[in-house]
Amino acid sequence: MALPLTGPAGGNAITFGRIRRYIARNTLQIAGFIFLAVLIVSAVYNLATGIARPHTLLQNFFFGLSTGSIYALIALGYTLVYGILFMINFAHGEVFMAGGYIGYFAIIFANDRGWLEQHTVFALFFTITIAAIFSVLIAVILERVAYRPLRGAPRLVPLITAIGASIALQQLFLRLFGADSRRYPNVHYYIEVPGCQVCKEIPGGAMGLDLVGGIYKVTLFGLDIRLRPIWFIVLFLACSLMIALWFYIQRTKRGKAMRAVAEDKNTAALMGIDVDGIIVTTFVLGAALAGAAAVLFLIIPGNGQATPFIGFFPGIKAFTAAVLGGIGNIPGAAVGGLFLGVIEAVGPPLWNIDHQLKEIIVFGLLILVLILRPTGIFGEILSKRA
Amino acid sequence: MNPIRQFTTCLLALALLASGSIALAQGENVVIPPDGEIIIGVSAAFSGEGLAPFGNNIRNGAVLGHMNRPSATVDGVEFAIALDPQDSQCNAEGGVAVATRYTSDPSVVGVVGPMCSSACTPAAPIYDAAGFTTISPSCTAPALTQSGFASFNRTVPSDANQGKFAAEYIYHELGVRRLATIHDGSPYGEGLVGVVSTNFAALGGEVVAADAVTVGDTNFQALLSEIAEAEPELIYCGCFPAEGARLIQQRADVGLEEVPFMGADGIFGPELIELAGEASEGVYASTPRPVSSAAADDLTEQYLETFTEEPAAGFHTNSYDAYTIFVNGIEAVGTLDDEGNLVVNRAALSDFVRSLQNYPGVTGIINCDGTGECITTPVGFYQVQMGEFVEIGMAGGGMMADDMMDDDMDDDDMDDDDMDDDEG
Repeated sequence: MALPLTGPAGGNAITFGRIRRYIARNTLQIAGFIFLAVLIVSAVYNLATGIARPHTLLQNFFFGLSTGSIYALIALGYTLVYGILFMINFAHGEVFMAGGYIGYFAIIFANDRGWLEQHTVFALFFTITIAAIFSVLIAVILERVAYRPLRGAPRLVPLITAIGASIALQQLFLRLFGADSRRYPNVHYYIEVPGCQVCKEIPGGAMGLDLVGGIYKVTLFGLDIRLRPIWFIVLFLACSLMIALWFYIQRTKRGKAMRAVAEDKNTAALMGIDVDGIIVTTFVLGAALAGAAAVLFLIIPGNGQATPFIGFFPGIKAFTAAVLGGIGNIPGAAVGGLFLGVIEAVGPPLWNIDHQLKEIIVFGLLILVLILRPTGIFGEILSKRA
Repeated sequence: MNPIRQFTTCLLALALLASGSIALAQGENVVIPPDGEIIIGVSAAFSGEGLAPFGNNIRNGAVLGHMNRPSATVDGVEFAIALDPQDSQCNAEGGVAVATRYTSDPSVVGVVGPMCSSACTPAAPIYDAAGFTTISPSCTAPALTQSGFASFNRTVPSDANQGKFAAEYIYHELGVRRLATIHDGSPYGEGLVGVVSTNFAALGGEVVAADAVTVGDTNFQALLSEIAEAEPELIYCGCFPAEGARLIQQRADVGLEEVPFMGADGIFGPELIELAGEASEGVYASTPRPVSSAAADDLTEQYLETFTEEPAAGFHTNSYDAYTIFVNGIEAVGTLDDEGNLVVNRAALSDFVRSLQNYPGVTGIINCDGTGECITTPVGFYQVQMGEFVEIGMAGGGMMADDMMDDDMDDDDMDDDDMDDDEG
């Protein structure tokens, strides 16, 4: 057998030159893999040595899941608009904020009339609807005023406009309603659960769950953790909304038209599709989900402070989630959001770092994904149009 | 380059230098024409979640000062004073932007503020360069008076004091031995938590968990669940109401609702109770406490009449004193030139403030120690009971310059570790 080091003619032979060229060509990827390996090894080490406690990890996993479902809902708005317009709607965080803020007035209205106590489900549905309608209104105005006039402009132009629109909306709410926080009232919704171990006494004397405001000690895998039913409701609602959206896009005529516009606006127009109408529909869908997400987020006990600034962080995180999952891809946004929420909560104890540094994990992962898989986890090659 | 052009360039450079130094020389004096107004800046946060009430409180204190002393009289000539409040938010960018604005305006004599240590720290060098004098009613980071800033003065106790008293209170009065700390990454929060931790450890207590939050973030459950693992007896937070209220409420998610929560002047006030709701019951806070005096009571009375609202915090007394110190300073160092203009030498004004002794302020007898510390106020301890902060104790107060120096010496070592980053 000949030695493989026989020069360029050697076919598949491995030479130092080839290795060097390979490393030079794929430096980033290799660095990414090494970083990933370090992360995995340190996580396994921390788990094995007990630095990362299973109890904290499991508890934080559920915290992350509830935050992640909110990220996922917002991320859908980014991904929908990007899928159609190839534009990152940076004002989407403010659309979320607007929903949450107006939702406050709706829930106070419902509370003053006693609906929140007597017809809790109706009152919450009412709040979510008002919030979603208002978010939609903001998004439609935004599209008409800020984005449509720039439809043919280079891609950077609407991006900058979006950032401007974001600041304008934030400042508008600040000037209109002031900087003070608006605190959502505490919501309780009791159901009777016969024979339930973890339940507490509910008003009326029976044992049951407070689905919105309650928190319960649960033993899971031998670990005592605390769970709020509302997290699972939010997760369930988020998943249902995402599945509904997916069906809408895949199975309806209008959804088909949306996909056609995403692929090629000009050809779609030639086929008789109202392109502007479809684009507005996209904004409407994304905004409605963001408005609903805002109310769901704010009724979780401990989160209920609505201010003109609440859109910023969730907006940035959701955008990251959308890119992580593969921007333009709906299941990708959902998975990206949940993944981001969980990694953000589980990461600091797993790698034994300060919670203030969780952003480093989040954005570090984003960079890693962009290096190893530029199209995102679920990424697809979008039409290569500028 | 030929010799002639080199020569012209040199000349040009010289001319530029000369004009620059003339401009500098002019900057040392504020000249106000007889019909002009003396401008005093008020740099505080008028926007931002949970911050605007503090900023308005500070501005209102200065406005009351202005109502009571709307002019300065120099050599029998009266000059009107005008306030120029600007929103420096509670961050470095805001502090720097407002400082740049004031220092480029030759008619601004002095500045009440900034409000937050994170705005004070980067703004101080800008005010220094322009020879300005600032008196902050609320910047409490210890490093501010240890960094050699010539422009920085404050009428509020340093956190070297507040933190030390807080640590003693937590250890002795509350009987806590296991402490968890959280800060918000601001010079104020980080500095305060540093002082509390060091003093608490020195007393024999143990800091079992320490972490930090990001300002603007909303989900702290993950952080709290790690703190819960350490089983602390009290959570001490160097933060502001937005993050504080969320931490207080989200404690319940990890079973920490029975563990007392304590903050400082950053969270003290009705704002926190409004944001955190029922969960705020039992929360402790320390804050610079206005000595109860006839003057302080009168001022609060006037506050209620003028603004028809309760003060959100006690900082109006500190900013009232800051304002009146400026007016006294202008009257003391101001001179009239031949054309009847009021001339205030910036260096003289700075000297006046820094060497102020036995000044009867609303917060007590004020003595400045030459490093920028001008305090009298003791630190009060409060607890939320039935939806409002009730005073449960106090410490310090009426400190003379000598005492302050001793404290500074003790605290020097630990502050260096905590504050170095902010000074670079």
